Amino acid sequence: MIGGRAILAVDPHALQRLASGRTIALVSGTNGKTTTTSLLAAALGGPGAIVTNLLGANLPPGLAAALAAGSPEQPAALEVDEAWLAQVVAATRPKTVALLNLSRDQLDRNNEVRTLAALWRRTFESHPEVTVVANADDPLVAWGASRAGVVCWVGAGQPWMDDAGGCPSCGGRIDFADVAGAGWTCHDCELRRPDLDVWLDGSTVVWRDGTSVAPDLQLPGRANRANAAMALATAGVLGTDRVLAGRSLGSLTEVAGRYAVVETGGCRARLLLAKNPAGWLEVFDFLRPPPLPVVVAINARIADGRDPSWLWDVPFERLRGRLVVATGERSRDLAVRLHYAEVEHAHEPDLARAVAAARSTDVDVVANYTSFQQLRVRLS
Amino acid sequence: MTVSIGLLFPDLLGTYGDSGNAAILAARLRWRGIDSEVLTVRSGDPVPVGCQIYVVGGGEDLPQSQAARQLGAGRDGGPLRQAVDAGAVVLAVCAGQQILGLTFTGPDGRPAPGVGLLDCTTVPGAGARMVGEVVVEPDDDLGLPVLTGYENHAGVTRLGPGARPVGRVRAGSGNGGGSGVDGVRVGKVFGTYLHGPVLARNPALADLLLSWAVGALDPLDDRESEDLRAERLRAVAPARRRRRSGVRWRSGVRWRSGVRWQ
Repeated sequence: MIGGRAILAVDPHALQRLASGRTIALVSGTNGKTTTTSLLAAALGGPGAIVTNLLGANLPPGLAAALAAGSPEQPAALEVDEAWLAQVVAATRPKTVALLNLSRDQLDRNNEVRTLAALWRRTFESHPEVTVVANADDPLVAWGASRAGVVCWVGAGQPWMDDAGGCPSCGGRIDFADVAGAGWTCHDCELRRPDLDVWLDGSTVVWRDGTSVAPDLQLPGRANRANAAMALATAGVLGTDRVLAGRSLGSLTEVAGRYAVVETGGCRARLLLAKNPAGWLEVFDFLRPPPLPVVVAINARIADGRDPSWLWDVPFERLRGRLVVATGERSRDLAVRLHYAEVEHAHEPDLARAVAAARSTDVDVVANYTSFQQLRVRLS
Repeated sequence: MTVSIGLLFPDLLGTYGDSGNAAILAARLRWRGIDSEVLTVRSGDPVPVGCQIYVVGGGEDLPQSQAARQLGAGRDGGPLRQAVDAGAVVLAVCAGQQILGLTFTGPDGRPAPGVGLLDCTTVPGAGARMVGEVVVEPDDDLGLPVLTGYENHAGVTRLGPGARPVGRVRAGSGNGGGSGVDGVRVGKVFGTYLHGPVLARNPALADLLLSWAVGALDPLDDRESEDLRAERLRAVAPARRRRRSGVRWRSGVRWRSGVRWQ
């Protein structure tokens, strides 16, 4: 990152210069950026063949550093912070941009997801040459992408609906179909789920032209099937062979420590990341069943958002029937949340001792952003 | 009797975990053997007028004006007015407080008519958005310990002669604009800028609102909330704590009179 800052200090247009002449794919959204970028990188031939920012350094300095480290002719798959997408599109002139989802995150800073969706909309309106690969099941994304020159609409799902209740176009009520992924329409204006170009049938990715690919996916859960569909659709826009791309996804068993199992003090701890309510809904989908204990680590540093009120938008009631250990710098906020959810819990602010406090040979550990980084250091 | 708690428009005004306030009120009744139900009113649903308690939270500009319209803003005799006239308790947080006032700032940046339950007006603030921890010393008549919360708003709320604030702001901005106070109260309608959600951090406030609806209540075991309160109050006042070691930052202990932040 310091390298990237230095590059931009010397040459403020470095991102433009480093991107010039390359084929570039960007990945943005609230959740799944790092995983989808990793899947896309694998689909495009792996880290040797392309340039990518795999450590989640997704602001302009990190992007400049990633591009500077690769050779000038290599294509790039880059994750971009959702609030910086406009600047990065303008500077890097990507061939394609994948838009995953938008939901509340870092409550103290990105206070209006609608503002971000509007910014995306203006960005793609003024860059009609960019092909956008957009999650049609998220109304905020669909509205943000709908003025783009070319859109590949993917039915990637969005179980979390509570940030799109008010239509991004008119503020009216969005009616979601009772069946997940079966579409949505605005009650008060013309906005509706666009017709799909790519969708999921179970774990098989299906294109409108009839081709289908069952990716060899090692990562768990619905969210990762959706991430794989977004990655394969994006790789397809870049002309990659769909079948070969699908096979190459199996090389990923963890992403920057996520889904990894670490041994610590006689306990096998599986590390999972969930940094907001939408992310938590996806994690509930693949937590191992009770009575397996769960350790939940919560911080509220700048990168997490200083306001952990979002804990009240997570249905922690679903963790009843097992022990939950609340840990991290804001574990007391979590303990109060679990108290009201009537979930049996223990409180241990220290991350390593919290895993021991679960008193189990296996445990799922769910952490938010900075507590996840701390856990990787503490438990490795 | 079953106590009905109306959770108003969590799909429009639920950005900051404020739906937790309804869950907390329901749990605190349930734990005392009092039947309760949370009626979730989503955008487009009719607003029931028969609840004993209503809760409305914070959110963004466009959804805020949608919620205001559905609560009867700018016209007489809306559903929330009917409920309040019948004795209902209302907790309104942040954008929720703003729309219950006489006017608030609409999505076009101009004044829009509010529901008119609170004698206050909200205008755009002149400075930066007000974001961060807040500590409020409640007015004496409330009989509450110090309140802790987290605020995130751009609007400045000014009280009219028919409203009282919740209390003096000891950290953070509250209503802003140099007023030095947070919140707006008229009868049993209680507005504040405190998220957290506010009742998670302030169980005594939850019980005060409940007592307005159902009468006196037995105490509950709030040790975990007290630990959270102590931690949050320490987080905003480390220097002061060192200077004034005699001040305790626990629930149930009143702010020592005469103590000031500076």
